[in-house]
Amino acid sequence: MATQTPQVMDAEEIRRALTRIAHEIIERNKGAEKLGIIGIRRKGVPLAKRLAKLLNEIEHVRVPVGILDIGLYRDDILTHQPTVGQTDIPFDVNDRTIILVDEVIYTGRTVRCALDALMDIGRPAAIQLAVLIDRGHRELPIRPDYVGKNIPTSRKELVDVQLKEIEGEDKVYIRKLDE
Amino acid sequence: MALKRKDILGLEEITREEIELILQTALSMKEILSRPIKKVPALRGRSIVTLFYEPSTRTRTSFEIAAKIMSADTSSIAPSTSSVVKGESLKDTILTLRAMRPDVFVIRHQASGAPHFVASLIPESVINAGDGMHEHPTQGLLDMMTILEKKGKLEGLTVAIVGDILHSRVARSNMWGLTKMGAKVRFVGPKTLIPPEANRLPVEVYTNIEEGLKDVDVINVLRIQLERMKKGLFPSLREYTHFFGITKKRLKLAKDDVIVLHPGPMNRGVEIMPDVADCEISMVTTQVTNGVAVRMALLYLLLGGTGDALAS
Repeated sequence: MATQTPQVMDAEEIRRALTRIAHEIIERNKGAEKLGIIGIRRKGVPLAKRLAKLLNEIEHVRVPVGILDIGLYRDDILTHQPTVGQTDIPFDVNDRTIILVDEVIYTGRTVRCALDALMDIGRPAAIQLAVLIDRGHRELPIRPDYVGKNIPTSRKELVDVQLKEIEGEDKVYIRKLDE
Repeated sequence: MALKRKDILGLEEITREEIELILQTALSMKEILSRPIKKVPALRGRSIVTLFYEPSTRTRTSFEIAAKIMSADTSSIAPSTSSVVKGESLKDTILTLRAMRPDVFVIRHQASGAPHFVASLIPESVINAGDGMHEHPTQGLLDMMTILEKKGKLEGLTVAIVGDILHSRVARSNMWGLTKMGAKVRFVGPKTLIPPEANRLPVEVYTNIEEGLKDVDVINVLRIQLERMKKGLFPSLREYTHFFGITKKRLKLAKDDVIVLHPGPMNRGVEIMPDVADCEISMVTTQVTNGVAVRMALLYLLLGGTGDALAS
C-alpha cells in the first residue's frame, strides 16, 4: 500500500524535460544520424517514441525506435516471476549509438538487465542512457547520461510516472509506502 | 499473473486464463528464436531431465533446445540404454534421478497417467510430453499458438481434427484447449477411429470427410499410427486415403483462408497429400518453431517465482 503525495512534475515540465534531453542528445552526438532509440518496456517505450519525434522535429532525421523487454534478464526471477513481453527492435543495432530510455532509474538493476539484453541482440557502437527521473539509491555503478529531473527520495517512497499514452495524462507523483 | 501450478499434465485441468498466459508468454519467447544469439539467462543454474519411454525426435529435441536457449542444463535419459532394461520400476527411476536434484522432469510414457503418477511422487515440476492415449499438452498449446498467430483469435473458429482420433493424445489436448478458448472442434474420421465416448465430449463427430471439412477454419490432420493399425481398424491404407486423405480438392470444402496443421511425423500420401503438406497454407514447420517457444514459456513459467516484480 502507498499514500499519494502532491505531484512533482506536470505535463508541461515533462515536455520541457524531454525537449532538453533531445537537444542534449543532438549536441553530444553531433546530430541524430546513426542513432537508434530503444525504450525499456513498459513506460520507457512511450518516452522513447516522444524523444524520436522531438529529434525529428529538431534535426529532421527519422530516428528508428525499438522496444526492449527485460523480463528474461532479471536477476530475481526465482523469487519474482516478471511478466514477459515482446522485444521488438526493427532495425540493426550493430554500429549504431543506442539511446536507452526508461522512466525512472533507481537501483540500476533494470538498466543492467537492459544492457545485457541489448548486447545479446547485437553490438552497438555505444549505449547512452536517458531517464525522465533519477531517484538515487543506486546498487550498481550505473549513471544516466541524460536526466529529466533528479528527485532525491527515501527508500520508503515510490516514484509514480504517469504517461498520457498509458494512464491518459502526464504527471509524476511521489508515493509514500505505508509502514 | 503467474502460473500457480507445479505441473503441466494436461489441458483438461488447466484454466482458460492459464492458457492465455502461456500463449502470450510463448509469443514473446518466439522473438528470441529469430535473434542471431539465441540465448537468454532466465533459467541459468536450473536443471531439466527429459525421460522418454517412447521414441521421439521432435518433442525431446524441442524441449532440449527450449531449455538450452533459456540457459538451463538438460539431461536426456533413454530408457532403452538405462537401468529400465534391467527391470527398474518407473518409481525407482524417478526417485534415483530426483536424488541428482533436477528442477523439472519432462516425461513421455506409453501408459496414460504415468506423468500424473510421477507428479504425485515428487515435489519437482513434471511436464507431460505425451502419455499413452491421454494427452500431449505441449502439442495442444503449440497448435493453439499457431492458429492464434495466423487467425488472430481462437474464439469462434471451427477446427476439424481429422484421422486416428481414437489413439491420439494430440486430439484430446487440442479438444480440451480449443474448446476452453471458445473454438468449436470436430472429430472427423472413420467410425472405428473415433473414441466410443465421443458423444460425451465437447465435439461434433463426422464420419464423412466432405461434411466434416465444410466451412472449417483449421484442419488438423493426425498421423495414421501405422504401428497401431494391425488390429484391422480399417481395411487398407489405400482405402483410408481414398476416404479421408487430405487432398487439394478437399481443401476447397473449407473456408478460403483455411490453414492445415499436422503434428508430425507425416505419412505423405496416406493422411495428407504431398502437395498439401508443402503448400503455403501448411503450418507444419511453423508448428515446430512454435513448439520451442511454447516449451520455453512453460519452463519459464514453472521455474520462475510467483510474486509480482518490483520496479527498479
